[in-house]
Amino acid sequence: MSLYYVQKLLYQLNRDPAVRKRFDAGRPALLDEYELTPEERTAIEEGDVGLLYVMGVNGQILMHYAALLGQPWDVYIDAMREGVREHGPVRAGLYSMRKDGKR
Amino acid sequence: MSLVFAGVCSHAPGITGRAARAEPKVRDAFYAKLGELRARLEAARPDALIVVAAEHFANFFMNNMPAYCLGMAEHYEGPIEDEAWLAIKRHRVPGNAELSRRLIEAMLGDIDLAYAEEWKFDHGIMVPLHFLTPRYDLPVIPVNVNCQGPPLTPLKRAYDFGRALRRACDAQPERIALVGTGGISHWPATPDSGVINESWDRKFLERFLANDRTTLVSYTDEETLRDAGQGGFEIRTFLTVAGATEGATGELLFYAPIPIFAVGCTVATMAVR
Repeated sequence: MSLYYVQKLLYQLNRDPAVRKRFDAGRPALLDEYELTPEERTAIEEGDVGLLYVMGVNGQILMHYAALLGQPWDVYIDAMREGVREHGPVRAGLYSMRKDGKR
Repeated sequence: MSLVFAGVCSHAPGITGRAARAEPKVRDAFYAKLGELRARLEAARPDALIVVAAEHFANFFMNNMPAYCLGMAEHYEGPIEDEAWLAIKRHRVPGNAELSRRLIEAMLGDIDLAYAEEWKFDHGIMVPLHFLTPRYDLPVIPVNVNCQGPPLTPLKRAYDFGRALRRACDAQPERIALVGTGGISHWPATPDSGVINESWDRKFLERFLANDRTTLVSYTDEETLRDAGQGGFEIRTFLTVAGATEGATGELLFYAPIPIFAVGCTVATMAVR
């Protein structure tokens, strides 16, 4: 688990047009520079917002990433819900602090 | 001169980005009160606007996360977000590096804040500016209080930060306006986006408008997370404004939950004494 580096990559991608250019040109070369597990790598390569949410990516980083991917609002919200259904509660980070998974 | 204006408003990206999906009557009433906040801000004839924000990983990350940071650049730019998604075009926003430097120098006697000569604005600053300075012609000085990546600064410190900011403002010859932006209760960027705890918000606002320091600093992060969501951590920006206007009370111009905006939309001013 290297949630820190997943978030770092997405943070840099969200804010830096040069990183985005590299991401668009070929994700594998960019992803090689970060310490990612195979699951994390696949989730980012495939833009799997639901799984990234369950992994514990901070929602603010993930929301900007979903916008960068061009996901409409409802698709993005549904992706997080589907992620929890498929993969279970958020595993780490701020959102795992809610034990019941709901407010 | 000194601090000449203080207020707070919401900054959620849906306020602009999902405007078409809100119920028109409440949305337009909210926008009208943001317009009133703008009119009051302009009437104070500020030379610069300090925006106390809770930025969302546009500049700061967990590799080196400041609890407090103040911008010290000649200009800024934003939004970092997709322009169509936020429905705000990218702009260059003027700063005032020299004034920033004087504020920072004054504040360092009280508080260990960081400074940044580069700063990209996200929705947390761009949404307020879209309504308050839509011509982007007023120099802006961004301030960030880390509300997103725990560990977070204690509420007592956020209030003290506001006190230090006020002392620094009052030592400058310029007329300075201050706007804090943050959610109150909300669960943004989660599957619970749109949930709003109105009774919690109203209680918080009552304490804020009374500038009741004792009750304002009494929330624990556990309680806030439970009752107001992780977005509730942004009350730190309100506490900073309260600290900067200690001894004065506020006026609520607008509050209404607007679920598609994912926050209880708030506009208020604080008196400056």
